[in-house]
Amino acid sequence: MSQLTEAIVEATRLGHKAFIPYIMAGDGGLDTLKPTILKLQQLGVTAIEVGIPFTDPVADGPTIEEAAVRALAKGTTLRKVLETLASFADEITVPLVAMTYLNPILAYGIDAFAKDAYEAGIRGVIIPDMPLEESTIVHPSLKAYGVDLVQLVSLTSTPERIEKLTKASEGFIYAVTVNGITGARSTFEGDLESHFKKIQSYTDTPVLAGFGISTPEQVKQFGTFTSGVIVGSKIVDSLAKDDWDTIESLVKASKVQIL
Amino acid sequence: MTKVKGKFGRFGGQFVPETLMTALLELEEAYEQYKHDESFQQELHYYLKNYVGRETPLYFAERLTEHCGGAKIYLKREDLNHTGAHKINNALGQALLAKRMGKTKIVAETGAGQHGVATATACALLNMECIVFMGAEDVKRQALNVFRMELLGTKVVAVDKGSRTLKDAVNEALRYWATNVETTHYILGSAMGPHPFPTIVRDFQRVIGDETKKQIIGKENRLPDAVVACIGGGSNSIGMFYPFVENQEVALYGVEAAGKGFETGKHAAAINGGKTGVLHGAYMYLLQDDDGFVQEAHSISAGLDYPGVGPEHCYLYETGRAQYVMATDEEALAAVKLLCQTEGILPALESAHAVYYATELAKTMNQDQIIVVCLSGRGDKDVHTIFDALGGDLS
Repeated sequence: MSQLTEAIVEATRLGHKAFIPYIMAGDGGLDTLKPTILKLQQLGVTAIEVGIPFTDPVADGPTIEEAAVRALAKGTTLRKVLETLASFADEITVPLVAMTYLNPILAYGIDAFAKDAYEAGIRGVIIPDMPLEESTIVHPSLKAYGVDLVQLVSLTSTPERIEKLTKASEGFIYAVTVNGITGARSTFEGDLESHFKKIQSYTDTPVLAGFGISTPEQVKQFGTFTSGVIVGSKIVDSLAKDDWDTIESLVKASKVQIL
Repeated sequence: MTKVKGKFGRFGGQFVPETLMTALLELEEAYEQYKHDESFQQELHYYLKNYVGRETPLYFAERLTEHCGGAKIYLKREDLNHTGAHKINNALGQALLAKRMGKTKIVAETGAGQHGVATATACALLNMECIVFMGAEDVKRQALNVFRMELLGTKVVAVDKGSRTLKDAVNEALRYWATNVETTHYILGSAMGPHPFPTIVRDFQRVIGDETKKQIIGKENRLPDAVVACIGGGSNSIGMFYPFVENQEVALYGVEAAGKGFETGKHAAAINGGKTGVLHGAYMYLLQDDDGFVQEAHSISAGLDYPGVGPEHCYLYETGRAQYVMATDEEALAAVKLLCQTEGILPALESAHAVYYATELAKTMNQDQIIVVCLSGRGDKDVHTIFDALGGDLS
């Protein structure tokens, strides 16, 4: 079992749900990265998804895109993020998951990225513009350095694809809860519960829900039929406002005993 | 592992979020079916002939030829198509395809506005709902085309993000498509993006090259020595080149936009000045910095203002089958004036890049040699930009 999977399984073993906050590296400057990560792990998050800003984030909604624009304006690059993380890697106690579009990895060099990412505490990678069919270009290097490649499963994925994706996904399965892009939603459509149960039926790897989850109620709601949640835009928004109360309430919602 | 499809050599592919994968697979399947469906092809042909006005003339530009004093220059008059450019060939083809696939809504991106107008036109004709994303900078540069789309019943959304040009319009169209994928087809306007778009767009545009081949044989009883077309994403050029690829004796020249001058870095020449990378679903040559961030393209012509280039062009470049050259803003403007004054034809700024290179090439060739230029669009939409650039001064 990979370190990332283990962290999620550990959370559920304690009767909690996994909670993975997404942060945009470099939003507010790279010197905020260390205090933010240390504070989040102190709150008891399961893992932390570290977003790498990109000029053309086609899978992201306005909140994360604007955070990327701010981070880019401060000169944030994939290289600088990895260097910053490596500088305090010995203080990082939860697995980090990098979310980056493919082109910065290609520019960095795939093998060098896998190696430096591992040394920076990154145990999983999510590449939103790289579907399974194209993943052979990065997978061997990631595997060699022990970094999981997390696959996304969408509502539009056909049953055959869901099976293929869940079997290929490492660390956890990132199950997208809505059609479209990241960002808060007030309502969710369709029978998500049976969709998630179907996904879980193919695999023992934990299934986490992400995209659109922004309230403690939604954290609890999705917790009833998944191993946990990923919260992105709401965390990014709260960090930009230095609103730690909201973040704490979201994390707490994942710790309520769910029957 | 899974088989590699939709690649041109090492270029192309399907680099999109998982949400769009099913739609791309559906599109691929539908396209394979209708490509060989006689009633679909008949319907397309009917509209191309009776509505678009095909075939377009292959015109011998005698005075331009005399002016250059070299090879004979022929112009493939895509500017005479309904809506004023080659874009309608693809927009109509894809709209008919979408209709057969049971989609009721269309989303598209546009740079110069030509593809947006063509798509809005096809949607009006076929009674489909249409939304077009356009960079805020382009909305300003092409205000009349915006109004034209609105007249046709299309909703135009200005994208006020990034470089506020074509690339940002593509980002937003992809996001919209991902959110509305079940009802909506995305009519991508150039021979770029994820598979199967580069192939679909090429196939709907190859009518340009197929007609040209037949016409030049009819007039000259032989193939041309060179074919010249401008390159943004590369749709008019791939449509013109494709039928000639097998004819090794025909030299193929794609003309990229050198903007304010290649050496200034303010250009849109992805093949000449880029490195390989991934954007908008495809592995291709791309203007980017050392960190893999996409750089802004610069060209006086909104239609060439794109930091990437279609994957099949990347392949033709790498195999040496086609050559990729450049023309600056200034050279394109000079070609606009020259073509107006020698032939009475106002070319689109995009097409003027090809005209410029062809006139330079003609000078180096003999009088018994032949060049065909793809005159991809007319310049009515650019009069304001040209007026500003020339300061209203024609001296």
